[in-house]
Amino acid sequence: MPRVVVKPEVCIGCHLCEVWCVVAHSRSKNILKAFLYETPRPVPRVVVEENLPFTLPVHCRHCSEPSCVEACISGALYRDPLTGRVEHDAGRCVGCYSCVMACPYGAVVMDEVNRKIARCDLCKEMGEPTCVKQCPNRALVYQDSFTS
Amino acid sequence: MFSHLLPEFLVERRSDRCIKCRVCERQCPNGVHHYDTELDLMFSDESPCVGCQRCVVFCPTNALSVYPHPTTYRPNASWTREKLQDLKKQAETGGVILTGSGNDKPYRIYWDHLVLNASQVTNPSIDPLREPMELRTYLGRKPDTLEVEVCGDKVSITSRLSPNVPVETPILFSAMSYGAISYQAFVSLAMAAKEFGTLFNTGEGGLPREMREKFGQNAIVQCASGRFGVDPEYLNSAAVVEIKIGQGAKPGIGGHLPGEKVAANIALTRMIPEGTDALSPAPQHDIYSIEDLSMLIYALKEATNYEKPVSVKIAAVHNVAAIASGIVRAGADIVAIDGLRGGTGAAPKAIRDNVGIPIELALAAVDRRLREEGIRHKCSIIAASGVRCSADVIKAIALGADAVYIGSAALVAMGCTLCQKCYTGKCAWGICTQDPYLTRRLNPEIASQRLVNLLRGWSHEIKEMLGGMGINAIESLRGNREHLRGVGLEGWELDVLGVKGAGE
Repeated sequence: MPRVVVKPEVCIGCHLCEVWCVVAHSRSKNILKAFLYETPRPVPRVVVEENLPFTLPVHCRHCSEPSCVEACISGALYRDPLTGRVEHDAGRCVGCYSCVMACPYGAVVMDEVNRKIARCDLCKEMGEPTCVKQCPNRALVYQDSFTS
Repeated sequence: MFSHLLPEFLVERRSDRCIKCRVCERQCPNGVHHYDTELDLMFSDESPCVGCQRCVVFCPTNALSVYPHPTTYRPNASWTREKLQDLKKQAETGGVILTGSGNDKPYRIYWDHLVLNASQVTNPSIDPLREPMELRTYLGRKPDTLEVEVCGDKVSITSRLSPNVPVETPILFSAMSYGAISYQAFVSLAMAAKEFGTLFNTGEGGLPREMREKFGQNAIVQCASGRFGVDPEYLNSAAVVEIKIGQGAKPGIGGHLPGEKVAANIALTRMIPEGTDALSPAPQHDIYSIEDLSMLIYALKEATNYEKPVSVKIAAVHNVAAIASGIVRAGADIVAIDGLRGGTGAAPKAIRDNVGIPIELALAAVDRRLREEGIRHKCSIIAASGVRCSADVIKAIALGADAVYIGSAALVAMGCTLCQKCYTGKCAWGICTQDPYLTRRLNPEIASQRLVNLLRGWSHEIKEMLGGMGINAIESLRGNREHLRGVGLEGWELDVLGVKGAGE
């Protein structure tokens, strides 16, 4: 599956992946504008789980049999058979959060301001995911190994 | 007791840039930064700040600046701020002032008073990008005479040769033990040494078993006063065995790795119980004379079947030349000399800043003494302490070194900022700590690459400088003081260095 793979042994828990995820999903793509002047500020789609000293960024796994897609009541979540990615059509999302409860990894984030969900879209339009590019310790690796 | 100490650093946060992402708070092991959820504000308490610059580098919006605190006592050339602060610290604690890294006092740095030669008109310089340039160095004892036998087209050497170890560049990593530095830092040094074809030094903390097969041939293993982790398998896994007599940062002083740092794998490697203090006595208690040293050298040679060069590392002290001569006569194949500015993980500040002599003078004195006695070929000399750049390396070689050890420079390449707080075990860069939350900050894949890049860059520069002098092999520069001139040095200094003044 195309996905961001984490190397927990070198994850330093800096949460910079969350910061840059917000920037990547902002309108301006500028860190200062995104955080200080854009409202509403986008929610980060990656969440760093902590049980110190262990830290683990959790991204959408783009599962081959995604529970979130099964749970989706509106058809907003679907799996693209060509790319292997789980996609989210925000226009159809009704904010029921069924997928949040269904995801076994806790990788679906609630965007309460917009009453929608947010999950890792692998920065589709930007080539390599921003969190992977910005990770200071190379703890995140983009694996684009999907074959349909 | 109410503390009279002034903060060392000032932390400045630009509110127009701070996005309250809390990266600084998470990166600081000293608790300088703090996020207040109630007020949605970041606060900084600079008193515990050590100036390691981790937060500054990691701040994604460059909102932070950390610089020496401007608060000062009345300026006084004798009673400096540092002297007053140390004095107050001792008045409050009654303890010895500890510090890390190398001597930071303004002793003359002779590297900066030596200039190199270059070819002009009368001899051609060499372009290392177009012509071969040899940096490979062989460490070990060379034969007194070289006898060869010619048999038709075949030439063979009949003299008995001592074991020699080749390195692709005359730059080795200094002794930094696993325990003093993190496993990640230790492995990074080993990986870089292997990739570049040079050597790293295990220090006195042993070589973890799982590393022996892969990295042994790039390891100098130490046998120090604590004898931690020494067994025949350890000795035989290495390329070189080194007896550590002294360390430049703390000549005459032993070591003390606190029990809280002795985790399971460190205990296993050092062969001591987990959680116990690892105490290295000041002297090696079986070496009270050159004759005793000779016994240990030959015991180690015996244990390694005379297949590995044995090195003896000493701190540069007043009569270093005579001591080095004794060491060579005792049977050592390599003499490593660690000077006044050598680094450490922990040392009493009074010792670090006041004991020993500069490596440049010690190196020149040892090289000259061994030449005068006709025994220079019997050993290789490794110079250590305060080698900061390729020019320092090449000047050391012109002063008589076969190779240099770099410790601080290697650590800086990995991330160290010489904040001198190694002894606290809270290294924010994951180097000098055993805290699993901090050690993972050093990714060996990245750190080893940084080290290899450093070696590559320096080696290129050394080749350029050699080419400029019209020399195509580092061998031809060794001890060749004609390629050095002193600038701003006094007569006695030039005499000790064996170097002419510029213009002479």
